[in-house]
Amino acid sequence: MLGKLNWTAIPFDEPIPLVVSIVLILIILSVLGWITVKGYWPYLWREWITSVDHKRIGVMYCGLAMLMLIRGFSDAIMMRSQQSFATDGGGGYLPPEHYDQIFSAHGTIMIFFVAMTFMIGLMNFVVPLQLGIRDVAFPTLNSVSLWLTASGVLLTNMSLVIGEFARTGWLAYPPLSELKFSPGVGVDYYLWSLQISGVGTLLTGVNFVTTILKMRAPGMNMMRMPVFCWTALASSLLIVAAFPVLTATFAMLLLDRYLGFHFFTNEAGGNPMMYINLIWVWGHPEVYILVLPAFGVYSEVIATFSGKSLFGYRSMVAATMAICILSFLVWLHHFFTMGAGADVNAVFGVATMIIAVPTGVKVFNWLFTLYGGRVRFDVPVLWAIAFMVTFVIGGMTGVLLAVPPADFQLHNSVFLIAHFHNMVIPGVLFGAFAGYNYWFPKAFGFTLNERLGKAAFWCWFIGFYVTFMPLYALGLMGMTRRLQHTDNPLWDPWLHLSGLGAVIIMVGIGLQIAQLVVSIRDRVALRDVTGDPWNGRTLEWSTASPPPFYNYAVMPNVEGLDAYWGMKASARTEKHEQPEYEPIEIPRNSPTGFVTAFFAVVMGFALIWHIWWMVLLGLFGAFVTFMVFAWRKRDEDELPADELARMELERAGAPA
Amino acid sequence: MLSGLTSSGVLDPQGPVAHSERLILFDATVIMLAVIVPVIIAILAVAWWFRAGNTRAAYRPDWAYSGRLEFIVWSIPALVVLFLGGIAWVSSHDLDPHKPLAETQPLEIQVVSLDWKWLFIYPEQGIAGVNRLVVPAGRPLHFKLTSATVMNSFFVPQLGSQIYTMAGMTTQLHLQADKPGTYPGISAQFSGDGFSDMRFNVEAVPETDFDKWVDETKAGGQALDYAGLTQNSKADKPAVYRGVEPGLFEKILDMETEGAEGQQNAPNATVSPRAPVSPRNGGS
Repeated sequence: MLGKLNWTAIPFDEPIPLVVSIVLILIILSVLGWITVKGYWPYLWREWITSVDHKRIGVMYCGLAMLMLIRGFSDAIMMRSQQSFATDGGGGYLPPEHYDQIFSAHGTIMIFFVAMTFMIGLMNFVVPLQLGIRDVAFPTLNSVSLWLTASGVLLTNMSLVIGEFARTGWLAYPPLSELKFSPGVGVDYYLWSLQISGVGTLLTGVNFVTTILKMRAPGMNMMRMPVFCWTALASSLLIVAAFPVLTATFAMLLLDRYLGFHFFTNEAGGNPMMYINLIWVWGHPEVYILVLPAFGVYSEVIATFSGKSLFGYRSMVAATMAICILSFLVWLHHFFTMGAGADVNAVFGVATMIIAVPTGVKVFNWLFTLYGGRVRFDVPVLWAIAFMVTFVIGGMTGVLLAVPPADFQLHNSVFLIAHFHNMVIPGVLFGAFAGYNYWFPKAFGFTLNERLGKAAFWCWFIGFYVTFMPLYALGLMGMTRRLQHTDNPLWDPWLHLSGLGAVIIMVGIGLQIAQLVVSIRDRVALRDVTGDPWNGRTLEWSTASPPPFYNYAVMPNVEGLDAYWGMKASARTEKHEQPEYEPIEIPRNSPTGFVTAFFAVVMGFALIWHIWWMVLLGLFGAFVTFMVFAWRKRDEDELPADELARMELERAGAPA
Repeated sequence: MLSGLTSSGVLDPQGPVAHSERLILFDATVIMLAVIVPVIIAILAVAWWFRAGNTRAAYRPDWAYSGRLEFIVWSIPALVVLFLGGIAWVSSHDLDPHKPLAETQPLEIQVVSLDWKWLFIYPEQGIAGVNRLVVPAGRPLHFKLTSATVMNSFFVPQLGSQIYTMAGMTTQLHLQADKPGTYPGISAQFSGDGFSDMRFNVEAVPETDFDKWVDETKAGGQALDYAGLTQNSKADKPAVYRGVEPGLFEKILDMETEGAEGQQNAPNATVSPRAPVSPRNGGS
């Protein structure tokens, strides 16, 4: 009846996961209870859960990413503390079977549910506004993407309470992830969570490629698009090209695990290295799926806060697209130590270094953007400058690892860990925080507290160096990754220092939470009445903060790069004249995404635990939802011109 | 604290391979630092000089393109990469793990990773070690490696290159220890719960001592029970064995490619002749 599921799935004998689970369940129940008592359900359902508005969806994506950042960071600090306690060859406080789940979950969550989710959130919120349009190409599909991502998040976190998560590392290399070596449900949780959220991500890619290529404001040709839109396009193209590979690879591993196939097994003609090639054919472009939109954020932030146009716009576009293509040609550098011949290794080593060229160009162009500017050191630009300084160090160690014989020494060491954290934390996470501080007033109509924002920044910045510089040293001293305990007195001080760094970052996260809380409390004083708190350059700053649900009452007419800057320079902010309003088609709210995701969770959970009747139920439910959606009579409402005029007048006349 | 950095690991090489690799590491780092350090200083200096409050800094809001600068901007990283790409190309060939180190006859060692320990077979001597690898100092070593379980990576940081061990496949590696000494070795590829203790010591001894050790091991010591070794175990004590069945390594290789379940733990089961060369048979 319940497949493999029984009471042993609950970790009664492991105090740490059990207590965490109970606390989490209590928190969730009390939040749900609070919503019920306050009677917020109808509001939430109407305005958020069923919303197909790209701004709402973007905000929800970012919110999800921030929650998962806390989860992923909890894993991180457990790893750092375990490694700093277990230095005498002793066991520390986390046994291997638990520690192995923690580092696997940390990587999975940080990449899929923090970095990517945050970037997709920013893309959702910003891209249509910057393009001067009212929504993405497929609004309901967009809601499906969000909720499928949330399904993946839910399944991953359910593994804390019911069963276990993968103990294989975040890429689940076979044969370790095959049934023979990982008979538990951990790998199945991993695979199904990512299969389900992967569908959502692929749909996002399709949606944004279509939106950016087909739906821009009048006059906005490709070479007038803000750089963030270019990077969002590049990232979406990479998603469309790379995610099917991930889905197919996982599908093969699932066939191995569920139906006894032999794609990646040791025996019967299987070859695990096929998986490792395929996963990195997805995995390396994935890095650029994350980092390119962040590059876009930095380009916007640095130009805006320097009070200048971005230097070398065309170079930036060319560099972005070059990275987009090159990212598919370097996957083998993740396993130079496989023993491929010298020619193969050398070709992939050189190809990897070539990516450093467009990336280096970007750094120089940001530098020249600062040059001759009037740099205002608000919170977003601090993140951006910290990124530039830190990222070049990570770039250097990256090129070092691209030299195959150097990699023979440093592969899988904590030097590598330091390297990719040195890319992803400044490269993606700092970008997410810069974007969060930059666009928050646009989303909510008030700015974030500056003091706490800066304090949080300094903690993260210093904490990053204190955590990861020791790991470079440890890697050179021969420490490999994923060790549950160590036994080398020379490493101890470095491991303790690294643990201290994680504590500093924790303070930073605490300050970020405080920043949000304090800013909400002081929202009246922090109100942004102009819609343009930073003296912005791109179209999103030409509409109100927060923008009306239709974004622009009249489609903006774009006459050049930095469209809004141009309008301000020629003093033609169309607010002065009474424009000609036209009726607007507004997409209707739809529960399709939420309901589909609900059934996807049911199906995923059932597949993990081999509850076959429930699998059919989930599939059937999802199919019915799809049918209902496909046979819908109406998916748009018309907002008549006079109604629009009345709303605009009301907003203009409303006391600021 | 800093002394530990240079007195262990890859910065304290004890063999020709590790020496060359450290040199590459240093060369590449210095070349890149020559670009990176000025860039970091420039970023901080420019950002500070052009701060909004500095009235002496010239404000040029429309300065957004300069063909000459663009040219330089693409050239600097391109030239650095051209140079480093050359290093990568040449060193990949020089330090190819398959490439013998010298003309002299190397000592043959076969490596098998197990859950969770290392088996080192000396096929010419008919002896073996578990989590203990005794080698003659100053003589080239030729490793052939495979796995009887999941993937691992054989790595002795002070001697140089690591290489994966993969079931059903053979990889090859050439190393040498220049001086007598004890050099820690590890698995550098996560392989499950007992991974952290998959450690061993390489004991490099003078050639005469090595011969003596071989003779002693052949004379005394336990016979190798391979089937026993395939049982999962953590943190096995170092041990040496005599009486290694000839062709054991090849048999292990076959079992993993053919491998109906159950044959895994039965090394004496008859297996069909060696299957066609596996996809990456060490590139030989």
